[in-house]
Amino acid sequence: MSEKIIFTRTEGLKPAATTYCPGCGHGVAHRILAEAVAEAKALERTVAVAPVGCAVYGYDYWNFDTTEAAHGRTPAVATAIKRVLPDRLVICYQGDGDMASIGMAEIVHAANRGEKFTVIFINNANYGMTGGQMAPTTLIGQKTATTPYGRTSEEAGYPMKMAEFLAQLPGVKYAARGALHKPGLIRTAKSYIKRAFEIQEAKAGFSIVELLSICPANWGLSPLESVQKLEELMLPIYPLGLIKDEGPKKEGA
Amino acid sequence: MSQIVFAKGNEAMAEAAILAGCRYYFGYPITPQNEVPAYMSRRMPEVNGVFLQAESEVAAINMVFGAAVTGVRAMTSSSSPGISLKQEGISYMAGCELPGVIVNVVRGGPGLGSIAPAQSDYWQSTRGGGHGDYRTIVLAPHTVQELVELTMDAFDLADFYRNPVLILSDGLLGQMMESVVMPDPQERRKTGWLAGRELPPKTWALTGAKGRAPQLIRSLLMAPGELESHNLHLAEKYAAIEKNDAQAEIIGDPNPEIVLAAYGSSARLAKGALEILKAQGIRAALFRPITLWPFPTQALAKLAVKADRFLVVEMSMGQFIEDVQLAVAREKSLKQVRIELLARPGGGIPLPEEIAGRAREVLA
Repeated sequence: MSEKIIFTRTEGLKPAATTYCPGCGHGVAHRILAEAVAEAKALERTVAVAPVGCAVYGYDYWNFDTTEAAHGRTPAVATAIKRVLPDRLVICYQGDGDMASIGMAEIVHAANRGEKFTVIFINNANYGMTGGQMAPTTLIGQKTATTPYGRTSEEAGYPMKMAEFLAQLPGVKYAARGALHKPGLIRTAKSYIKRAFEIQEAKAGFSIVELLSICPANWGLSPLESVQKLEELMLPIYPLGLIKDEGPKKEGA
Repeated sequence: MSQIVFAKGNEAMAEAAILAGCRYYFGYPITPQNEVPAYMSRRMPEVNGVFLQAESEVAAINMVFGAAVTGVRAMTSSSSPGISLKQEGISYMAGCELPGVIVNVVRGGPGLGSIAPAQSDYWQSTRGGGHGDYRTIVLAPHTVQELVELTMDAFDLADFYRNPVLILSDGLLGQMMESVVMPDPQERRKTGWLAGRELPPKTWALTGAKGRAPQLIRSLLMAPGELESHNLHLAEKYAAIEKNDAQAEIIGDPNPEIVLAAYGSSARLAKGALEILKAQGIRAALFRPITLWPFPTQALAKLAVKADRFLVVEMSMGQFIEDVQLAVAREKSLKQVRIELLARPGGGIPLPEEIAGRAREVLA
């Protein structure tokens, strides 16, 4: 009987099992990111910046050069890397706390300068690594380790819509929000990442892809229940889709 | 070829960095170092370099981190309150063993303090400054000429040891104009501080994994024992720096009855006091550390064999004196010696007459 290989691990990932919690979106996000890098034939010319948060271990899985950065300073580090190496693919991977809280100044100014790198922003509505505290992206009413009675807007303001927020800046040439909890959505999310890379390679400006992700361990739910919660509660606040594409026209489009 | 220029300390230092091959400068406005970013914004485009005015000192040092990751020479400059903000990035650079040069044109503190010259960042500079178990090499020039030379050496030291290097300038040195010989960089490499020492190739740099396995730069070491062994490795490196690169200038009477101890601008003023004391028939010497870390302990301990009166002159409230006491204690019990402090904190400047006067009191 002859064997035909119809699926393999992407060469963008190292042959390693992830240590993320069951149901966590980082594994899927890593894979579509790594596939997009491989499909852009950029494995040998990519430098990624890993955030402080669960995804700091991205470098254990990504098959390309990666540096750590201090919490939230990811875009500042990526800015310098891209300025020194303008022909490399520079990827900044960030979580809610890293981008929308402690690193707000760095992300806004990198975006406003139109720095020519791509940010992958994982929004799971809480701080994962430190045990599920409130993030700027936490929903109103959501219970977390530091909002045991549920987040209230009076005390803690409103969920930050980072993709829309950054899309207002002229330096941002691409902003989109995808999700990772259904196969079809994963395919769309990957297409966003690929388009963001095109914008970067065309040196058009800053690109961001926000990805909604579940965090079952910290949400205190099963993965399946988490998917339901994401659909029910996150999608109305964080609508999916393309927000801005001011890059050069795609070939044949 | 060397070139003689008449320049402000801040600008001469910036040009020295460019001569040393630095093409990446990241900064943020703060007095009294504003001439540095202004100069760099003009010069970097002329040498195909990058000047970037960051959104904060925090971002600026993390941009130095990012540039260093790729293996290029990068720097930032600031003044005391801004240097406090940079401590996070400096700690990460030390942990990741990334080279880079940080210039502190020191002003008075605590808090917003004043824009007058001061030396009150001594502890912050020499004790790490940020979190964790690390050291930065700290260079303390006392003239614009020395500021220029040490700036060039700083990039070599940073690359040689894969370690951040801090240059402690101050408001006096930064704002002062002097004529300076701008050294030829290749000459300086051959005859300067690291003469005869090869700079190691930056095989660790991240430029894309072409023709090699992907590389990683990190300071997160979570496996059992991993951080301990990394910190022991760092300690070994720091021991080598202490052994090989502590530098001091000792001038004055070879058999002093009193030793003046001062660095940077204070040392320059103490040199004036040395002349006054000599004219008055007092045998005085000056101990001037050029490296504040590693502290030139041996050089001072040797002086302590000869002298038992010390006057420590600093533009801070008794920080530098602690290292003087520790070094003298290598040779003599502190009960046998008299170590006095002339402190002018918060922008005060100790003039040569004042220093000489205090020295006579210490001898009385």
